Amino acid sequence: MMFEDEPVPGYPLPILPGHTSPGRLERVLRAGAFAVTSELAPPDSADPEDVYKRARVFDGYVDAINATDGSGANCHMSSVAVCALLTRVGYAPVMQISCRDKNRIAIQGDILGGAAMGVCNMLCLTGDGVQAGDHPQAKPVFDLDSTSLLGIARGLRDEHHFESGRKVTFAPRVFLGAAENPNVQPLQHRALRLGKKVAAGAQFIQTQYCYDIPLLRNFMTALEDAGLLEKVFMLIGVGPLRSAKTAEWMRKNVPGMHVPDAVIARLAGAKDQTREGLNLCVDLIQEIRTIKGVSGVHVMAYRQEESVAEIIDRSGVLAGRVPWYPTRDPQNTADRKPS
Amino acid sequence: MYRVRLWSVRHARGLARFYHAFESGLVKLAPLFGKIGYQRLERPVAAVERVVKGTLFDCQMCGRCVLSSTGMSCPMNCPKQLRNGPCGGVRANGHCEVKPEMRCVWVEAFKGAERIPGGLAAIATVQAPVDRRMTGSSAWLRVVREKTGTPS
Repeated sequence: MMFEDEPVPGYPLPILPGHTSPGRLERVLRAGAFAVTSELAPPDSADPEDVYKRARVFDGYVDAINATDGSGANCHMSSVAVCALLTRVGYAPVMQISCRDKNRIAIQGDILGGAAMGVCNMLCLTGDGVQAGDHPQAKPVFDLDSTSLLGIARGLRDEHHFESGRKVTFAPRVFLGAAENPNVQPLQHRALRLGKKVAAGAQFIQTQYCYDIPLLRNFMTALEDAGLLEKVFMLIGVGPLRSAKTAEWMRKNVPGMHVPDAVIARLAGAKDQTREGLNLCVDLIQEIRTIKGVSGVHVMAYRQEESVAEIIDRSGVLAGRVPWYPTRDPQNTADRKPS
Repeated sequence: MYRVRLWSVRHARGLARFYHAFESGLVKLAPLFGKIGYQRLERPVAAVERVVKGTLFDCQMCGRCVLSSTGMSCPMNCPKQLRNGPCGGVRANGHCEVKPEMRCVWVEAFKGAERIPGGLAAIATVQAPVDRRMTGSSAWLRVVREKTGTPS
């Protein structure tokens, strides 16, 4: 899919009718295409090139790149800064905002600042507890929760005011997202919880890793029954597992991670486990895309980011579509006037 | 106390009914409260509230009580103080990501909500972020003032 007005870095696209952001992710989803997003692990470095290097591995395969906000409660370059670097060259980042490290004053400032720098997608998260990361001695903030954060972000965008009621003169034009984990308790109420996020302002959802397809199907059916599928775009979380051992470690140590025994057995039985992990991921994507209400996948390939291109390629979900990236069509962008 | 807190969730239905009656009683007393003065009542009422709700729910005195909407499980006992539902880190056994020895406050909240008539509709309401200035103040008096339109 190609839009006639592809981005000129630094200049926003026009907002299409019915859209809330000028971003490409919203355009792709509303156009009905199967969207692919991935996640960039922010560097432990102050070198911008480290960010660009990590973004380039996704070129041509993803519609948006999530910039994590201290994921796993580990300290890295901030998501606002990563997003600022990415938008400079035209990438479409999803700015993750966690409630763990900042209060509502800082967060609302980041929403305005991010939008001013061309960030079109923001993902409102609670955040992992500080005990999970490299600074367990830190003070957890949690002034807001993900749902109330969504409400505040929507207030900024649609009602042009801060939580305090004070007006903003130019509203952030953003596409708002939230996370969901269909794999953990209370399983039968996860759809209700997602409904609250949608009511608060979530327009798209990126889920935790889903390796358990029957569980995911049940969840999607519950969303359909709750009438939520027409209200929100669902991007299902997938990712390659490096080995049976890694999978075991992850399900034990990564909060909210659920890997069925059958998946671990499949990896353990393979000669080349890493390869089998990729195969498994491709199979999962192909199965997930057939589930009613799925709008795309969110590929989280921590420390295996270079495998995302192959996974997406083999899964065939882009159906020949090449998502925009900075050097995709230089002849088009070079002589285009900023709008 | 943790055990009492779990007991309260198991008896959410009865506690919700009791609170409903208690709240109507309080609202009826509004004229009296007005005469004494809410300012003067604030400290003693908050002290009673702290003891009663502290015992039953491990109440943290956020000042904006939502127990009726959270199945009688106080969301302020969640280490992330989530007021709109569980996070994605709940353990397979239904325990907390941050405190593995504690049952998830929100898994409990949903159990409690299932026991209260209309509890699931109440838990589905989006809660606004807490006004941190209310910490330590009486939620009971606040409810009375709000229900009778008395300015604080």
